[in-house]
Amino acid sequence: MSGNKISMVTALNRAIDEAMAEDEGVILLGEDVGAKQGGGVFKVSAGLTEKYGAQRIRATPISEQAIMGACIGAALAGFRPIAEIMLMNFVTVAMDQIVNHAAKLRFMSGGQTNVPLVIRTTTGVGVGFGGQHSDMLEAWFAHVPGLKIVTPSNPADAQGLMRSAIACNDPVIFIENILCYGIQAEAPPAGHRVPLGKAATAREGSDCSIITYGRTVLDALEVAGQLADDGISVEVIDLRTIAPYDEEAVLASVRKTGRAVVLHEAVKAYGTGAEISARLHERLFNELKAPVQRLGGAFSAVPMASALEQAWIPSKDAIKTAVHTAMNWQK
Amino acid sequence: MNRDTLLDIYTRTMNVARADEKMRSLLMTGKLAVVYYTVRGQELVSAAMMAALEPSDYLVTTYRGQHDQIAKGVPLNLLFAEIAGRATGTCKGKGGAMHITHPETGVMVTTGVVGSGLPIANGLALTSQNRGDGRVTVTCFGDGATNIGAFHEAMNMAQLWNLPVIFFCQNNRYGEHTAFADHTKVESITARAAAYGMKGVQVDGNDAEAMFAVAKEAVDRARAGQGPTLIEAMCYRMMGHFFGADFSYMPKEHLDEMAAADPLPRLRALMLEHQFTEAELDAIVAGIDVEVEAAVQFAFDSPFPDESELRKDVFEEEIAA
Repeated sequence: MSGNKISMVTALNRAIDEAMAEDEGVILLGEDVGAKQGGGVFKVSAGLTEKYGAQRIRATPISEQAIMGACIGAALAGFRPIAEIMLMNFVTVAMDQIVNHAAKLRFMSGGQTNVPLVIRTTTGVGVGFGGQHSDMLEAWFAHVPGLKIVTPSNPADAQGLMRSAIACNDPVIFIENILCYGIQAEAPPAGHRVPLGKAATAREGSDCSIITYGRTVLDALEVAGQLADDGISVEVIDLRTIAPYDEEAVLASVRKTGRAVVLHEAVKAYGTGAEISARLHERLFNELKAPVQRLGGAFSAVPMASALEQAWIPSKDAIKTAVHTAMNWQK
Repeated sequence: MNRDTLLDIYTRTMNVARADEKMRSLLMTGKLAVVYYTVRGQELVSAAMMAALEPSDYLVTTYRGQHDQIAKGVPLNLLFAEIAGRATGTCKGKGGAMHITHPETGVMVTTGVVGSGLPIANGLALTSQNRGDGRVTVTCFGDGATNIGAFHEAMNMAQLWNLPVIFFCQNNRYGEHTAFADHTKVESITARAAAYGMKGVQVDGNDAEAMFAVAKEAVDRARAGQGPTLIEAMCYRMMGHFFGADFSYMPKEHLDEMAAADPLPRLRALMLEHQFTEAELDAIVAGIDVEVEAAVQFAFDSPFPDESELRKDVFEEEIAA
């Protein structure tokens, strides 16, 4: 199998390609996604127009509300559309469609209609894109009943989660971290699927659990490796589905270790980490050996200057410190 | 116009009118307490539009949409039950008047957000274009909706992709409490169709023959793959924004103009011109009233939804208790 490595971009492309080959109702709408525009800014849809035609790979005007609305309408009529919103900050322009419509139409129709829609979007801190091109906004969507949120940390999960997201009968927000696009890893087999709502144990450990998702899984794994040298056994849980998350897996891990660090790239304040931490305290208060430690981005817009940007995201040192704090907690 | 079509339009119009009158009476007598955006004055525009459609065609409408829903064929008993918040309603009581959905009659979305239906209508139309199923999608909205971004994005995309969709603007001269001239500088919404290279037609919506002709042409064009049309049907919202709301802000001349343009007596006169008798028309209305009464009874006899519904239809899978 070695040597058969693919990037996350290729993995996503393969998943969409497979789904489009199987079902004519799978279509992709987004800015610059067509062959004429080069197959998307990040090339995720490269080669798909040539295979499936411009009726199914629809390059759109710069009109996020229209893209989202069209995908919702198509989903209501039985298609499985994928909306590509180039950058996560631009979803704010389409919030009405996502929050008031995609998320609620199943409920408000009493289950007569549903919206099998995937909203693909890219973001990430660390490439100097500044305040309007870098945000992780998953907490906004996690707060809305009716939306599922997914983010992969590696190519195989990207491929498998994308297949499951397209097959899902509810709207899924699929967050792709720009810094993960280039990660190369073993290609999964064709048709590979990763179920939604199931976390992965990225590394097993017994002393402290780091619960995270997306790009920060890589940081957590690196720190876990370093801490192993100090004799601390860290378990890394990659949520993969941010909402609704795999609470069973999280509880099982923290029951085992008795300590938890919740880590994400999004702003720490009011982030998804707060929800996970709160639920851990509600469920495991008496079993916890230390309060849940929480790490996330600083409470400012994402800065452009590299020095500031690196200070903005939780550093590996900060992750290490959080684990040590949990380990050394005196009740 | 042939007599069958005229009779069809009359029946749809009176279905809307009698149901609307009943709704207002239920509110006035305190039998129902809900927010209701009465469709008084807009009965005919909708009836003529829907008469030009097939039952399988799609409709996306707004919170002032009861005329569109009834004219499209949503069964009255399910509609009243939904408005009364009963488990037997179109949406099990989970949507209410502002969110009526009934895919069996093509009513795919009713939105409470101004302008939001237009982009969604494009998506429904897109599936028809890709599938070649010949369906047409109509999206209804008021003049007020033409100033929100979604309108402009949707119009551009529909024309760009030549979608089988009809943008049906029911220009009732007010956006909430603001008169047309105070919210829009162009004299006709059709100017905005022109801005997107789209065919735009303004019509007296209270003229049954003219309204139907315009609707039919737009439907035929869409079905033949000739792309979208914006119809601006001029009409009046005769009882203010929501039922019971003060509409003293409407000047007297405007109120008089509205009363003179009332589509109901005008349509009845047209029917008589076409050799329908008073007795025939009265019998149609009497029949509708029986149905309306039965629908209201059905609604009030129906149970309220169970609390477990809170965990259902959020996702496909039920949420654990």
